[in-house]
Amino acid sequence: MKIALPVDDTKTNICVSFGRAPYFMIADTEKNTYDLIENSAVYAEGGAGIKAAQIVVDQNTEILITVRCGENAAELFKAAEIKIYKSEGSNAKANIQAYLDGKLSELTHFHAGFQGVK
Amino acid sequence: MKIAVLSGKGGAGKTLIAVNLAVAAKNSVYIDCDVEEPNGRLFFKPQNINTKDVHTLLPSFDTEKCSKCRKCLDFCRFNAIAFIKENPKVFPQVCHACGGCALVCPENAVSMEKRPIGQVEHGKHNNIDVITGILNIGESSGIPVIKSAIKTGFSLNKNAVIDCPPGSACSVMESITASDCCIIAVEPTSFGFHNFKMVYELTTILKKPVGIVINKEEIPYKPLENFCKENNIKILARIPFSEKLAKISSVGDIINEKDSYYADLFKDILTKQVN
Repeated sequence: MKIALPVDDTKTNICVSFGRAPYFMIADTEKNTYDLIENSAVYAEGGAGIKAAQIVVDQNTEILITVRCGENAAELFKAAEIKIYKSEGSNAKANIQAYLDGKLSELTHFHAGFQGVK
Repeated sequence: MKIAVLSGKGGAGKTLIAVNLAVAAKNSVYIDCDVEEPNGRLFFKPQNINTKDVHTLLPSFDTEKCSKCRKCLDFCRFNAIAFIKENPKVFPQVCHACGGCALVCPENAVSMEKRPIGQVEHGKHNNIDVITGILNIGESSGIPVIKSAIKTGFSLNKNAVIDCPPGSACSVMESITASDCCIIAVEPTSFGFHNFKMVYELTTILKKPVGIVINKEEIPYKPLENFCKENNIKILARIPFSEKLAKISSVGDIINEKDSYYADLFKDILTKQVN
């Protein structure tokens, strides 16, 4: 199973922003691999959440673990049948373990966009 | 003559000034471009209203023709398009209707379809044509509604007063671009002065002749007075902070039609600005 998490510049901790996170960690629980991919949506003028969600979807992930997620990205994940879980604590790998142990709950609140300077 | 009335912040008196100038100009057209919250109609109570819909364009995808090449997705700088399970999906609120996706599609799978985003109302208050642009709730850009309201108003070939949205963003630029001159409503406070300087800068960039009306004045605000002197900005009128005016406005009456002193004051603004 592939699990995606937005991570910050430490490359080990979860990033508070989904769309503007510098990297995504893509964990493969069968192969026990943890790949980092760059998030090109960091530089998007608008629609960063949509672009970032596309990157995650294209990795064939099944699970996303994040602090928060916007409405547009959530709509995309729903269409792609990717489940979203709310992270607890900052370490990315600890969150993957927490998910596998059934300790994380699904994220149900999605915020409206931060479109540009709004 | 086409006069745009604008301000740096909301509540400075744009609608008060615009409505009363339109009344002072008699056979005129009032165009409400504050499409997110048009309120001139509360005072004019226009009769015989005609309403027309305003549309923007939204891409529609023929999934049979689509080869999933994603050229449209790569082209869209607003990231309004996504591909889910090999099918394109568009986010209407993010789309800027540029039509680029349709241009770059090698399969001709994208067509631009009309999507309603608001209305333009046209009614009458005595001899005054009252045009109101109304943006649907939840829409992000009022520009197409503003364009349509201005086009409708200008087609009447009358003296026009444009009631602009607050601030100095794209919607304000769109509202003042076709005007001959601008009147800025200013509150004599440090907050009002700060925001006034931003809209003043916008009008100078667009090379519009400018005059200001100081509204809700108790005593002159020195920094504003000095700024006007240094930049040769004409102060067209000073409207006092008055309980009487507030009461007239609060019941939706037009000051010009209720008080002869202010009727003269607005007529005077018109003469000064027009010259």
